[in-house]
Amino acid sequence: MLRAENLSKRYFRKSGEANHFFAVKGASLELRGGEVAVLMGRSGSGKTTLLHMLSGLLTPTEGKVWLGETDLYAMNDQALSRLRNQKLGVIPQGRSAIDTLTVLENILLPGQLAGGAGDREAAERWMDALGISGLADARPAELSGGELRRMAIARALAQEPAVILADEPTGDLDDENTARVLSVFQGAAKKEGKAVLLVSHDSEAARYADAVYRMDGGNIEKYSLPL
Amino acid sequence: MGASRLPVKNLIRRPGRTAALVLLTAFLALSVFGGSVVVRSLQSGLDSLQARLGADIVVLPGSARSKVDFQQLLLQGTAGAFYMDADALEKVNEVEGVAHAAPQTFLASLKADCCAVKVQVIGIDPEADFTVRPWIEKSYARTLSDMDLAVGCKVTANVGESLKIYDQNCHVVAKLAETGTGLDTAVYCDMATMKKLLAAAEAKGVSHKLESGNSDVISAIYVKVKNGYDIDQVMAKLNSHVRKTAAVRARSLFTGAADSLAGISRTVALLAGAVWVLAFVILLIAFAMMIAERRREFAVLRLLGTSQRGLSGLILAETALCSLAGSVLGVGVAAMLIFPFTALIESKLNLPYLTPGAGTILALAIATVAVTVLIGALASLYAARRLSRTDPGTTLREGA
Repeated sequence: MLRAENLSKRYFRKSGEANHFFAVKGASLELRGGEVAVLMGRSGSGKTTLLHMLSGLLTPTEGKVWLGETDLYAMNDQALSRLRNQKLGVIPQGRSAIDTLTVLENILLPGQLAGGAGDREAAERWMDALGISGLADARPAELSGGELRRMAIARALAQEPAVILADEPTGDLDDENTARVLSVFQGAAKKEGKAVLLVSHDSEAARYADAVYRMDGGNIEKYSLPL
Repeated sequence: MGASRLPVKNLIRRPGRTAALVLLTAFLALSVFGGSVVVRSLQSGLDSLQARLGADIVVLPGSARSKVDFQQLLLQGTAGAFYMDADALEKVNEVEGVAHAAPQTFLASLKADCCAVKVQVIGIDPEADFTVRPWIEKSYARTLSDMDLAVGCKVTANVGESLKIYDQNCHVVAKLAETGTGLDTAVYCDMATMKKLLAAAEAKGVSHKLESGNSDVISAIYVKVKNGYDIDQVMAKLNSHVRKTAAVRARSLFTGAADSLAGISRTVALLAGAVWVLAFVILLIAFAMMIAERRREFAVLRLLGTSQRGLSGLILAETALCSLAGSVLGVGVAAMLIFPFTALIESKLNLPYLTPGAGTILALAIATVAVTVLIGALASLYAARRLSRTDPGTTLREGA
């Protein structure tokens, strides 16, 4: 469903072109519908950079990203943005709430950016599944880090995307909510046929995975299961 | 909530940030609109005065004071009186190139019922007059007759009322339109009435007699030059032909005022220009800071599927709403500061001051609002363009 071919991202240090480094080097992977893939690795290994390139948010230095038959980086910004809105559910690291909107308004926002009113029923279903149904009218400033993470997950899922790309989705969660969130992702893959990629430090995530990748120094390697 | 309401929600739910941007644009709009109205009012005042005078040359008594007194009368409404022999009119009419010559006689009241200060009484010859009569005719279709007065708009006497000048009962028959000049505080009568008032003044010890003892006097002669004649040459002939008088070009009477006005206009235009440049820079910095502070929020909107153009539209909508609210507020406050205090501004500037008509003011207000919104839009688009140079992924990483 989502395929990366030989993806690289090179950054230049301020001192000039001679001092560049590769955050990601020649990474290839394929995410299939109905599968959960987990991407692990140390901090600075290139996981987030790879996820941003897969999301159409960061132009690769080399390589291509395909969604089905569509080359993401051959599209113009308008078309890529529309595709990201409708086909990709991206959960970034850290805070991603729009502070001036309530939790429910945040979750409905992608649908509204697409020109509709947002699927309220889907929003309430995912809020319920993630244990934040009582926070619909709360503002982000009133929420804990864990609640904000679950709001971001509900927002990504409510748009019913084909692919879910989540960066440290369990980072701020306790054990109970970690298990809840990972089950939700697994359900989205198994019951609804979505392709799910979880970037995580958490070895617990690997227990829910159909495929595990590890990154080190910008290089990606696929592990055989069981680990 | 539709996505189109996102800018409104952002503004309402961040009242502190919104208030700061609105107040900033309000201050800028206030400066620009206020400055423009004052400059236009000064220009209108001088234009009105020049139009009101309507003569090419004015012949005044030969004394050095008379020109100064005449200027003060026209520009500031300071009551004064100076006289020359009425025969001068006949001599003026004899000069080649003179098309029309209209005499006026001035008298300063001691104190009139209407006013706390002296009132300038101006006697005109309705038959010969070509300067004041068209103005009077706008308010009063008939000719002024015995003891009738047409009063300037700032004289607090209304049509139908009586006004006592040197114990003579006069009837107010017309109230004249505003000129924004010293003439707004004067009252006008025909020459027959003026003769009676001069006699009454004489009885009270205010003499108008010349050193020669002649009491048949006038104060000024307005001259219109025939087509094809050179005004300076006619003026030179008047100066050589009519003794004990001084002929001056009407335009030169306003040279000082025009210079002052040009100076004030230049200063205000410079200040307004500086305010606009400053406004652009300040708005640019303010919007750039606002956008920098919200980089992560905008990156999240991009992540959720907002295109660069869509994001620029959201930013533009927010800043346009702020600029619109601020400029309307600024124009409103400027109007409240300027229009009720017109008389004070006029007296402080010591120049003719005529507030432009409602249409001009409305046009100035609309232009101020439009330009303020445009500057806000340009500043925000510039900041949004800079934002678009960074991949949202990089922004999300930096701010994580």
